[in-house]
Amino acid sequence: MKELKLMKGNEAIAEAAIRAGADAYFGYPITPQSEILEYLMAEKPHERTGMVVLQAESEIAAINMVYGGAACGRKVITSSSSPGISLKQEGLSYIAGSELPCLVVNVVRGGPGLGTIQPAQSDYFQAVKGGGHGDYRLIVLAPQSVQEMADFVDLGFELAFKYRNPVMILTDGALGQMMEKVWLQEQKPRRTSFPEWATTGKTPDRERNIITSLDLDSAEQEKFNLRLQEKYRKLEAEEVRFELTDAEDADYLLVAYGTSARICQKSVRLARDQGIKAGLLRPVTLFPFPKKPLKELAGKVKGIMTVEMSTGQMVEDVRLAVEGVVQVEHYGRMGGIIPTPEEIVDALGKNFLK
Amino acid sequence: MADRTGINDIVKDENLVYKKTSVLTDRVMHYCPGCGHGTAHRLIAEVIEEMGIQADTIGITPVGCSVLMYNYLDIDMQEAAHGRAPAVATAIKRLMPDKFVFTYQGDGDLAAIGTAETIHACNRGENIAIFFINNGIYGMTGGQMAPTTLSGMKSSTSPYGRDVQMMGNPLKMTELVAQLPGTWYVTRQAVHTPASVRKAKKAIRQAFENQKLKKGLSLVEIVSNCNSGWKMSPVEANKWMVENMFPFYPPGDIKLEGRLTGKE
Ligand SMILES: Cc1ncc(C[n+]2csc(CCOP(=O)(O)OP(=O)(O)O)c2C)c(N)n1
Ligand code: SF4
Ligand SMILES: [Mg+2]
Repeated sequence: MKELKLMKGNEAIAEAAIRAGADAYFGYPITPQSEILEYLMAEKPHERTGMVVLQAESEIAAINMVYGGAACGRKVITSSSSPGISLKQEGLSYIAGSELPCLVVNVVRGGPGLGTIQPAQSDYFQAVKGGGHGDYRLIVLAPQSVQEMADFVDLGFELAFKYRNPVMILTDGALGQMMEKVWLQEQKPRRTSFPEWATTGKTPDRERNIITSLDLDSAEQEKFNLRLQEKYRKLEAEEVRFELTDAEDADYLLVAYGTSARICQKSVRLARDQGIKAGLLRPVTLFPFPKKPLKELAGKVKGIMTVEMSTGQMVEDVRLAVEGVVQVEHYGRMGGIIPTPEEIVDALGKNFLK
Repeated sequence: MADRTGINDIVKDENLVYKKTSVLTDRVMHYCPGCGHGTAHRLIAEVIEEMGIQADTIGITPVGCSVLMYNYLDIDMQEAAHGRAPAVATAIKRLMPDKFVFTYQGDGDLAAIGTAETIHACNRGENIAIFFINNGIYGMTGGQMAPTTLSGMKSSTSPYGRDVQMMGNPLKMTELVAQLPGTWYVTRQAVHTPASVRKAKKAIRQAFENQKLKKGLSLVEIVSNCNSGWKMSPVEANKWMVENMFPFYPPGDIKLEGRLTGKE
């Protein structure tokens, strides 16, 4: 049965994981996302669905547990925040290189280093450019509400298995901690049959399954890389998701995701009240990035400004997408500071209307 | 053509005294002649065949000389990141508690980069088997010092011998994990003589059988030579192993049925 609840974003992710029929969660505490593991432990998912939940000895162990479970064809999820996600990068590279499906949640906090426990969007590069070693990509989903935090768990698993690729939900401390109403989907049963590549034990009717990212034959390794690239191009052709607000007649386009996008929706209204025809493009998938719609809008507007809780990372992808057709600026706040709708309108004015 | 009648008289089912286990594939192994890895692989394969658990066994190969073990065993296998096999095995076993799960790890893999994963899998009492090949060196990367390298032992990164003041002491991970309540069976074996091979096989069998009990983790260390890394002939290497490795890493049972034997 679908259910309406008031929940923190972190809790919504945890509950959504149980309801999505996840087989396992492995994680390590870090603010601002520890509620995910806490909620799961309190819910006793082993009794509700048989889901395995284990507090690992580190994020490194957790992501390698994800690898082991995913290689058995199971739906496995982990979560962390920025410093912990950095520790997971070698494992993520192995997971991508072995073409395993899994879901990783990054509830981003400000950095670099130990940084702050306050929300930020400064892990964009790490999330969308691969993050670890080698030529690989994650599928990156950017929720802007507690509802989407929950919904993207199921969507994430679906994409992960469809493409045999790790999926990241890139969110932040604000969305993780904020409480909102959320519709939770009904309980999906956990699976009882597993993909044919899964290491579930070699039965006499099939060849053995080997999960590895190693190939010492250069020609084969190159072929494999080309095949991965084909998969990423297919993702770019078929899985781009984005949302437009007042973009049709806009003179100035804001581009923002997650928390920033939510604030920008208010900024668009404020700007329009002042007679500035502003609009917003919100990428929902950060990889694959909505290059095409951006390119199309770039020909119609007088200026584009990205708003990010960082020194400007996504702005580089926007500039690449619009190929110099229009001026692209960036407005950002760092260190856990969330920009106000007013300062965004001010920044838009300073950049384009002085 | 030579007359094969004689041979055909001998090659008959009733004359069979030894046969390669069907759990080993026909791939030619890449190991240096005389290396212990190949023997250890064979023993694991034989035990899997004898127990009839080929369809129920998942193995995890490490980063190290044995990274390609999945080419030689005809079972489902996963290749883990350097040191992380016990974490990988933990998830597999938790998700499929009735399967037999083992890791196969070198000393660099298990006792250096993977120390945390090893200790915590042991301490949680995961119902898995760890086969730990201790050759006192990083074989795969060309013979660098390992945490297990003996005091005074030469390697490419301790070219004048391991100076424990400067480089730290050799680590007895097997004795260390035997102290943890989560380990059920901890033993040290070798595979350099027919007698030691028979004993090692028994230990490997025990580590698999223990998984049915669900009482904790079994760790079988196999002290082995790395003749290439040690820069010796296989015969010299085994002699050196007996004379130098065994005094510090003595073969024998360290923990049986959850109880220390007093040899730790
Ligand atoms: C993260 C990481 N660091 C370093 C390496 C390089 N490396 C490969 S094998 C190895 C050591 C293996 O030694 P050991 O575990 O003793 O296995 P052996 O080859 O002796 O059997 C190292 C350092 C790696 N592959 N990954
Ligand atoms: S380098 Fe050492 S461990 Fe590796 S195969 Fe050769 S002898 Fe064995
Ligand atoms: Mg070694």
